[in-house]
Amino acid sequence: MASLKDVKIKIGGVAKTKQITKAMYMVASARLRGAQSRIERFRPYAEKFQEILGDLAGKTGETDHPLLAPRAEVKTTGIVLITSDRGLCGGYNVNLIAAALRLAADRRAQGKETLFYCFGRKGRDAVRKLGFPLALEEIGQMNALDFSLANKAGLRLMEDYLGGVLDEVILIYGAFISMARQQPAALPLLPIVPAEASGGEERKIRQGYSYEPQEAALLAEMLPRFIKAQIYRGLLDTSAGEHAARMTAMDNATRNCDELVADLTLLYNKTRQAAITTELIDIVGGVEALKG
Amino acid sequence: MGLRLEIVTPEGTALSCEADYVSVPGTEGVFGVLPGHIPFLSALAADALHYDSGDTTRYVFLSGGFAEVLDDTVTILAESAEEAENIDFARAEAARKRAEERLARKSDDLNETRAQAALTRAVRRLALRGRL
Repeated sequence: MASLKDVKIKIGGVAKTKQITKAMYMVASARLRGAQSRIERFRPYAEKFQEILGDLAGKTGETDHPLLAPRAEVKTTGIVLITSDRGLCGGYNVNLIAAALRLAADRRAQGKETLFYCFGRKGRDAVRKLGFPLALEEIGQMNALDFSLANKAGLRLMEDYLGGVLDEVILIYGAFISMARQQPAALPLLPIVPAEASGGEERKIRQGYSYEPQEAALLAEMLPRFIKAQIYRGLLDTSAGEHAARMTAMDNATRNCDELVADLTLLYNKTRQAAITTELIDIVGGVEALKG
Repeated sequence: MGLRLEIVTPEGTALSCEADYVSVPGTEGVFGVLPGHIPFLSALAADALHYDSGDTTRYVFLSGGFAEVLDDTVTILAESAEEAENIDFARAEAARKRAEERLARKSDDLNETRAQAALTRAVRRLALRGRL
């Protein structure tokens, strides 16, 4: 049986770990609020954008734009992998990376090349370790997201796509469904798949609108911005999901610590009791012996 | 006060106010909006928008985007918007220098168009300094 001192040291250790996991839980929940408010602030832009884009796409029916036209033969798939920079958030990053690797394996099985664009340290490390070709890495930015990152990434991807380096681009990110549910999601980024006409619901019919420049040129102007908006959305969602996942993980860890402390305290008390009993028996035995 | 002006960016609503007159930098030229304007949709150049309300005129720098005019509401969708008084002119100056240097070096075409765009942005931003 462990000595009394050993058990005491262990209880102290677990209690300290609990303090840390509890603090991390608090930090994650504060950051989650920040991330959610960013998503909230992005919404008006995204909605208005979607509205105008849907309207224009419906009007022009254009499919000739190079960002819209699917390539006859896909030789290289660009995989944009968004993960967090830091760990300790349960299986969150592992799931994202696994989704990306499944996609890569699938494309390779079809004889295609893959090229990774990584956001977040965790994904970058995994991709690098496995030796997949890596075209772009953005590390240490997941906690201070702003649109300029999406802007830069969007420009780079479109450059590679239009320059023939890539024939399709797929975005892997963590879809933030709810506090308790985050899921890896794959979104085809390029070529742009026109959204299905949102029929049914009553839309403002934009009759008598004037356009400058012509509708088709205006649409061409919108598409690159659409790509950037999608990347930004992916970044925001992944960041919110990371913090939510970390909150869950740290909450579990804190509870496990509580359990461990309870078990260890029980062990401590039992050990102490056993020691006292042994000593008592010794004393009583000694007294008996003296009585002769 | 016949117009409502909303400037929306991915990082939030940058501006939402009433105005008498809005002048918008479209790609095909600057256009002015007064109450009763026809429904209109335009792409924007990277340049400054200005609006009058009462006696004051204020300037906002936009990095390209779209403007929609509908029912006396001007909605601007821009990837970034900075009000003139918030512009960091030192940074704009540095950006201008950088772009000029890059242009002077004459690397490949792609970088050149990009540097050219950066230069235009910086110069137009700097032009706002005199208007404060």
